[in-house]
Amino acid sequence: ATQSARTQQAAAVTQSAGHRIPAILVLEDGRTFHGVSYGAEGETFGEAVFSTGMSGYQETLTDPSYHRQVVVMTAPHVGNTGMNDEDTESQRIWVSGYVVRDPARVPSNWRSRRSLDDALREQGVVGISGIDTRALTRHLRERGAMRVGISTTATDAADLLARVKESGEMAGANLSDEVSTAETYVVPAVGEKRFTVAALDLGIKANTPRMMSERGIEVHVLPAGATIADLTALNADGLFFSNGPGDPAATAAQVELLKAALAHEIPYFGICFGNQLFGRALGFGTYKLKYGHRGINQPVMDRTTGKVEVTAHNHGFAVDAPLEGSTETPYGSVTVSHVNLNDDCVEGLELRKDGRLKAFSVQYHPEAAAGPHDAAYLFDRFCALMGGQLRGSDDESPGSDVTTQQLPASDGTERGEA
Amino acid sequence: MPKREDIKSVMVIGSGPIVIGQACEFDYSGTQACRVLRAEGLRVILVNSNPATIMTDPEFADATYVEPITPEFVEKVIAKERPDALLATLGGQTALNCAVALDEAGILEKYDVELIGASIEAIQRGENREEFKKIVSELGGESARSVICHTIDDLLAGAEQLGYPVVVRPSFTMGGSGSGMAYDEADLRRIGGNGLALSPTTEVLLEESILGWKEYELEVMRDKADNVVIVCSIENLDPMGVHTGDSITVAPAMTLTDREYQYLRDLSLGIIRAVGVDTGGCNIQFAVNPENGRVIVIEMNPRVSRSSALASKATGFPIAKIAAKVAIGYTLDEIPNDITAREDGGTTPAAFEPALDYVVVKVPRFAFEKFPGADPVLTTHMKSVGEAMAIGRNFTEALQKALRSLESKSAPFDWSHKHEALDKDGLLAAAHVPHDGRLRDVMDAIRAGATPDEVHEATGIDPWFVDQLCLINEIAQEVIAASELTPDILRRAKRHGFSDAQLAKMRDLREDVVRGVRHALGIRPIYKTVDTCAAEFAARTPYHYSSYDEETEVQPRAEGKEAVIILGSGPNRIGQGIEFDYSCVHASLALAEAGYETIMVNCNPETVSTDYDTSDRLYFEPLTLEDVLEIVHAEQQAGPVAGVICQLGGQTPLGLAKGLEEAGVPIVGTSPAAIDLAEERGAFGRVLHEAGLVAPKHGMAISFAEAREIAAEIGYPVLVRPSYVLGGRGMQIVYDDEALADYIAQATEISNDRPVLVDRFIDDAVEIDVDALYDGTELYLGGVMEHIEEAGIHSGDSSCALPPITLGDSEVQRIREATEAIAHGIGVRGLINIQFALGSDVLYVLEANPRASRTVPFVSKATARPLAKAAARVMLGESIKQLRAEGVLAAEGDGGALPPDAPIAVKEAVMPFSRFRTPDGQTVDTVLGPEMKSTGEVMGFDAVFGTAFAKSQAAAYGSLPTSGRVFCSMANRDKRTMIFPIKRLHDLGFEILATQGTAEVLRRNGVPTTLVRKHFEGPGPNGEKTTVQLINDGELDLVINTPHGTTSGGSPRVDGYEIRTAAVVAGIPCITTVQGLAAAVQGIEALTAGDIEVRSLQDWAAQGVTR
Ligand SMILES: Nc1ncnc2c1ncn2[C@@H]1O[C@H](COP(=O)(O)OP(=O)(O)O)[C@@H](O)[C@H]1O
Ligand SMILES: Nc1ncnc2c1ncn2[C@@H]1O[C@H](COP(=O)(O)OP(=O)(O)O)[C@@H](O)[C@H]1O
Ligand SMILES: [Mg+2]
Ligand SMILES: [Mg+2]
Repeated sequence: ATQSARTQQAAAVTQSAGHRIPAILVLEDGRTFHGVSYGAEGETFGEAVFSTGMSGYQETLTDPSYHRQVVVMTAPHVGNTGMNDEDTESQRIWVSGYVVRDPARVPSNWRSRRSLDDALREQGVVGISGIDTRALTRHLRERGAMRVGISTTATDAADLLARVKESGEMAGANLSDEVSTAETYVVPAVGEKRFTVAALDLGIKANTPRMMSERGIEVHVLPAGATIADLTALNADGLFFSNGPGDPAATAAQVELLKAALAHEIPYFGICFGNQLFGRALGFGTYKLKYGHRGINQPVMDRTTGKVEVTAHNHGFAVDAPLEGSTETPYGSVTVSHVNLNDDCVEGLELRKDGRLKAFSVQYHPEAAAGPHDAAYLFDRFCALMGGQLRGSDDESPGSDVTTQQLPASDGTERGEA
Repeated sequence: MPKREDIKSVMVIGSGPIVIGQACEFDYSGTQACRVLRAEGLRVILVNSNPATIMTDPEFADATYVEPITPEFVEKVIAKERPDALLATLGGQTALNCAVALDEAGILEKYDVELIGASIEAIQRGENREEFKKIVSELGGESARSVICHTIDDLLAGAEQLGYPVVVRPSFTMGGSGSGMAYDEADLRRIGGNGLALSPTTEVLLEESILGWKEYELEVMRDKADNVVIVCSIENLDPMGVHTGDSITVAPAMTLTDREYQYLRDLSLGIIRAVGVDTGGCNIQFAVNPENGRVIVIEMNPRVSRSSALASKATGFPIAKIAAKVAIGYTLDEIPNDITAREDGGTTPAAFEPALDYVVVKVPRFAFEKFPGADPVLTTHMKSVGEAMAIGRNFTEALQKALRSLESKSAPFDWSHKHEALDKDGLLAAAHVPHDGRLRDVMDAIRAGATPDEVHEATGIDPWFVDQLCLINEIAQEVIAASELTPDILRRAKRHGFSDAQLAKMRDLREDVVRGVRHALGIRPIYKTVDTCAAEFAARTPYHYSSYDEETEVQPRAEGKEAVIILGSGPNRIGQGIEFDYSCVHASLALAEAGYETIMVNCNPETVSTDYDTSDRLYFEPLTLEDVLEIVHAEQQAGPVAGVICQLGGQTPLGLAKGLEEAGVPIVGTSPAAIDLAEERGAFGRVLHEAGLVAPKHGMAISFAEAREIAAEIGYPVLVRPSYVLGGRGMQIVYDDEALADYIAQATEISNDRPVLVDRFIDDAVEIDVDALYDGTELYLGGVMEHIEEAGIHSGDSSCALPPITLGDSEVQRIREATEAIAHGIGVRGLINIQFALGSDVLYVLEANPRASRTVPFVSKATARPLAKAAARVMLGESIKQLRAEGVLAAEGDGGALPPDAPIAVKEAVMPFSRFRTPDGQTVDTVLGPEMKSTGEVMGFDAVFGTAFAKSQAAAYGSLPTSGRVFCSMANRDKRTMIFPIKRLHDLGFEILATQGTAEVLRRNGVPTTLVRKHFEGPGPNGEKTTVQLINDGELDLVINTPHGTTSGGSPRVDGYEIRTAAVVAGIPCITTVQGLAAAVQGIEALTAGDIEVRSLQDWAAQGVTR
């Protein structure tokens, strides 16, 4: 459609969204969409990514991993069930901008407390609605995730584009401190306490400590800046690195921390960002995916069982490790335990010493929220690891007998970096 | 885990005739399964009695048995074919129940046939509601409180315990047959008693009512490695209490939080595992309390179902195809997703859960107008005969597209009627009771000022959906109020699904004017793609839907290709169903072979035509002039379009032909002008006159006075009907002025351009149906079908035989000449269907339809010639001569000149009477007339008529009896003709019972007859039972009752009504015509003569006796 046709369309939409003011969305490469304001008015910038989940927008919006990202919802109707008091994954909405096609005019759900629209306004989250979200999604799929700006104040797309080009890149960004807790806090074990876990908050979601505590774990959630001293002081049974935003390659301190912990043979479990940092600690590189995985329908195969899990994803970076065979590291031999069947991307790592599991991590979200519960067993695996019950054949790595290879001395940390 | 190597041959059981609750979705699933299994190199043996299915085309299986789906016949097939495995989860409840029966009879064991898909144990656990509830509670889920009952006393006790209202639900039935909501003891005795009768295990579940809760359905798929995925979630707009099949349903679920959705998902995974559906699909229904989120599991079906077809079309995830693959050993991660394309050229696996970036709405289509007196209230027992699905980028767009897809004038929202006339409270009260068109009442209530809360209160419809309806109304009000149709207003209205026709009505404009304005402003739909993944990956399959959005995804046409657009037949309805889809699919296949790019347009999710791999491109769109014109425009942008085919989808596309041509769209095949020659009475009269043929004397009236004059002139009885109808809508035979007056009074839309047609009714005539091909020079008679019932019973309802059993060569010759003359006179290019009545040696022409007919698939199977394929090529200019040369058609001769030893095919119609009740619970009358009432048909195929007829009866109603007690009560005019056949039954060892008059005649003719009391006489002094009591107590094996007095048109009660309806309810064969009786006697003779053989179509063809 022509520029004018689009502006007209925007105007047409304006009314449908209850007489709101126009808004524009401009991508780094100049592609522009005209819609109407949703949520707060103003201007915002971030990395444009799309999420294909058809449910769970409340969890998505409050997931710290979306910090500095403008999230495009591929599901057209968003806000139908409003916002409730139970399903938030952190204290605030983290997305830097929100793009939906048809926002709900009235929320309808017995648990709903307020409308999504109000929640976005209250927290000053700028959004846009009424645009062709599928066209935008296909553009991002073809050209890759890129910077974007949404504005209800700018009238001229060209000006906005200039500001988009000035805004920060995701590659190279260290955001852990921006999302992490300032103070350590403890989530007590439910029922009898079995373990103590030190959980490094790199953008942790509320459901993660919850699922641990349900398994008798007392979870000490530490700030991103915690030191090995803090860990040993706790003498925790296990160490956990959470999910979180940013470029793993720009997150050196936590990688060092993890290396130290591995040297102490502290049982480790990592999720998402925690998987990427685990990879780096083991000497693998990480790289930026073209447009990432964001949704709750991703097929991941657990290569130890050959079974497929339908899993929740939210990551733009991935670990660059050989899918076949195992890799020798100073801490033991590593195998890729989980693979995404859509694109063969590494979804999980296992570290073994003398055939026994020492540490593991997954790129996806076993804590779900939002998403399927297929991978919840991984928290049990963590308990088993800490309880030292992982012995004998039940933890035989499939790759243990196949060819192993040595990493180059300058372990390829820079490989595939974008 | 790769494919199992131990399975070399698989038997697939289809679902038999189309009935309410089991329509062509099982042809879609069965066809997919057969395709997959053959592609895997397995030998496929298919049993399905329904000739109108694609799956029974010889090329879809190695051995195709068009035989009754009863344990007896299926055993014969097993004995002959010795399959390794039986796949029964794709043929609906029919196949499932047949498999259970085969297992119980020890037949599977005897022939060492493995049941794949779902084991008997799994079927039992899933279908037996009591066992199922146990499983649910073991999983920590909840079921509605219930009591299992085997007797009326159980029922009454149970109701005391649960408290009224209670839901009655028989085990092992489909489409909720026999189930219902009982508000008091009377209801319970009636519904419960019937339920016990209908359940193959005389088991009924009595259940606490949870009316008004939100209803959801999840489609689940599992492989042998225990990988489980949810293919689709479906939310019902109508709350609990309305059968899902009758509900407006929406995908994906719109009003669930992730937490609630994941709980349903967890339950579903637990259930499919616990029930033990090892490989394949199942659907699980849930109810959610809107007040507190409490979840109750309603039921599961351990098989592919109607909703799996819907889910497949809604997501692009082909459930039946995948189910077949996992059944033979593949795991989901080994099966590629046909639709997605990875950047590295590969595909993503089927082990995932589809993500939708659009909204799908399904709306049911009903046929209450055909069953006068039937209770139109929607309940737990399915009543719809078809459905339409629409896809849009938002709910409002999808809903309004779906409503106009129904092709019913009253379906789409309408703001034209006076606002003042609306009575809010009355409308809310009406909307409180679920019924066909309830949403229209809701919309009018909103117009009349009902608040969202009031609407939610009255209907239980979720507030989010109510708001969407309010939004639609707000936009309508803007359109009405606007000083002019500005681009903004037009865009906004279009974005929410308003049609040009709706806008025109609101603005008092002509539809084409609105369209002109819209096009002038450049406001046109674009086309998005159904890709299973919300655009995360590129899509390889052009499966499109329209939306008023920014970016279109229609790809340019491949170099040197020319496209043909085939218009489908829309939602199934009585008179237009699977038979027409059959022809469309064949055209698509034939034209693809001939090198065209085929483009299918249809909105019926049950069909094979809407399978994304049937045609090169699929547009899942409403079949209205506006929607089709936009598609044509989009495709002309994409590349050359040879034309549009309107002749194969029945009356729906035929009705569009004129408008399309006026808009400059090329129509291939018979021209709209020619179509008019056949459809417009006067013009057709002239065609006949020139050809020296006669039609029954007739006239047209727009008033009673006129009608009476005509009747007086041509003489009673006369047949009256509105002009331009399919399936004989509103037809009636009237015998006197009084009845004529009634009809005119009732007939709604009489006007100058919609007159009533009055025909001389040809009494005691043989009706003949002809399907023929004409290319402008040569005629090819596809087949000549002789009806078994006399003219006066709609061709769709009467059984018929091909080749004709009593017509001599000279008659066939006359028919051939008449057909050629008409085809030539009209200017047919392609198919034509003609009905003749042969009365006192005069050949009357009843009507000519210049299009594919209901009987094309039947004729194609009976003569082993692909008529529809040939027709498609003739329409695009090839000659019959060429097609003969190519071997598509017989080298010489045709279906009108079959060899004397050709097998006989008998078509029998299947009636839905048992599903319709009057509000006071009586079954509606079952007598046949000129108005079509059947939902489907079966074919009996054998060397001799008697056996073929017996097979057709077995397939349609269950076997004819070979011994026992026959009751007969005949109209006076039939008494003479009946004597011989009934005497024959007596000789065959039947005990004859009859009412007074009939008994006297029989005795006088030496047939010992027991006298039975008439219904109204009541039981005798010594408790002698009346006919109806005998039927109810199962003491009769065959009922013969020809209607006395006038045939039932509008008037619900004619004498013998109780007898016929009782027989239908009790499932006792009931013959209502003397011709039917004669045929039945031949059938019974064949059965008594001994073992009936089964034989595959391939086998018959090999013998070369068919043409
Ligand atoms: N306990 C109940 N209370 C109210 N409505 C019910 C109840 N159980 C079922 N229904 C309604 O009846 C319909 C048919 O019930 P279901 O168990 O699905 O039978 P079927 O096997 O015919 O699908 C459901 O779609 C639902 O709307
Ligand atoms: N003049 C007539 N005399 C006797 N029967 C008739 C006559 N006209 C129609 N019929 C009966 O009514 C049925 C329906 O009429 P038809 O013209 O075929 O309408 P439709 O378009 O519904 O097929 C026919 O199949 C035939 O049995
Ligand atoms: Mg059901
Ligand atoms: Mg007809």
